[in-house]
Amino acid sequence: MGGYGDIKLLRDDGKRLDGRAVDELREVEVKAGVLPAAEGSAWVKHGLNVAVAAVYGPMEAHPRKIQRQDRAVIDVRYNMAPFSTSDRIRPGFNRRSREISKVTAEALESVVLVERYPRSKIRVEIEILAAEAGTRCVGITAASVALANAGIPMKDMIVGVASGKIDDVVVLDLDKAEDNYGQADLPMGILPNTGEIAFLQMDGDLSTEEYELATEYNFKAAREIHELMKQALLDSAGGDE
Amino acid sequence: MNSEDTGAEQRLVVPGDQIDAPPGSQPGSGVLLQGDGLVATKLGRVRMNGDVVHVMPTNTAYMPRSGDLVIGYVEAVQNNLWFLDVRGPFNALLPMSLAPWKVEFGAARQHLDFGDAVLARVMEVDETHSVVTTMKGVGLRKIKQGCIEQVAPHVLSLVIGSKGRTLQRIKESSDCRIVAAQNGRILIDGTPEGISIARSALRIISETGHAPGLHDRLSEVLGGDE
Repeated sequence: MGGYGDIKLLRDDGKRLDGRAVDELREVEVKAGVLPAAEGSAWVKHGLNVAVAAVYGPMEAHPRKIQRQDRAVIDVRYNMAPFSTSDRIRPGFNRRSREISKVTAEALESVVLVERYPRSKIRVEIEILAAEAGTRCVGITAASVALANAGIPMKDMIVGVASGKIDDVVVLDLDKAEDNYGQADLPMGILPNTGEIAFLQMDGDLSTEEYELATEYNFKAAREIHELMKQALLDSAGGDE
Repeated sequence: MNSEDTGAEQRLVVPGDQIDAPPGSQPGSGVLLQGDGLVATKLGRVRMNGDVVHVMPTNTAYMPRSGDLVIGYVEAVQNNLWFLDVRGPFNALLPMSLAPWKVEFGAARQHLDFGDAVLARVMEVDETHSVVTTMKGVGLRKIKQGCIEQVAPHVLSLVIGSKGRTLQRIKESSDCRIVAAQNGRILIDGTPEGISIARSALRIISETGHAPGLHDRLSEVLGGDE
């Protein structure tokens, strides 16, 4: 959130600068099984964001101190490629990628049946190849499809999606300008079948009514993206449904 | 697997999908009971086996089970045991006492060294997935000749085929001795031409085994029907 500048983010006709309605998603594309070397993988394009996720394992958890005797641990590495933004990003882990890796791992642990693989580790690599806004949501979506593609048992998939507030109006799926100059951002990880929320962060201020509207937008968008995720997985499995 | 005979549902499902099963159905592998309904936990095809509903995954990692025949590679050696890579999450143990030789303490490498392949059987898997294997048993041995191919564990049932017919067909057409281990490693031993035929057949099954018409596609490399 860049704060409350003078930049007008909503047009006079009520549409957003890129012509979308307030409850309209950017274009989303999902592919599963894109990397032959990984056990499972996915490619997600969400607006101008492009993320690739790869899953390896279950494997023996190393170092041993991270092993859990009764369940697997999920080791997520979220990384933005140096060329993913207009300014070059210094390669390697930083505070932001460490935080996103941690929250993504915790969100995925709530859906993966980790108790099936004691003492093991499931490694999830998320690489952001192009970033616009909402890369953590795209990363979660890609990781979820990659886990399903790898045959890791899960009680549901997670869809990452965000809503926010610009010019005192709640809108779905912020783009870069809206993310930088808007008033609030509410990314969520939603389990579309059970309706649970596995991950929620909030940046900026939202009233209770605005929060409820943003949540409603997120759930509606999650159902749309979930259909695309399902289709991508069925295509990768050779299905015609 | 009697679903083909009974005409039971073979719908593709993804994790979280509700499975429409007759009342009283029990959850099998890849299925979770949530409330009153059955939910798929893996990407795969729904199969009914009696009143038990399974999801046969389209991709899965090998999880060793007691009694499995496996082909393992020696990854590490200690004075009195070997560690085998059997494609599971953990290396399996092969203690000296379960080897078919009389091994002096500290002389383990004289019998099995790094990279050697063995045909072994999983003897024990505990709740933390530690695996102990044995080489005492009929046919269990150090592999000294032939080539080892690898297929995904879920493809193995297609390689073997109904009542072992597909595997038998590959054996007869290639004139090779073939041992299909449950961890997806397949030992092929025969002439170079025979091995080449068997490998081509395995590649076809790996790549297009789930699609209809596998029998005809195999005929292209294995020759006509018997």
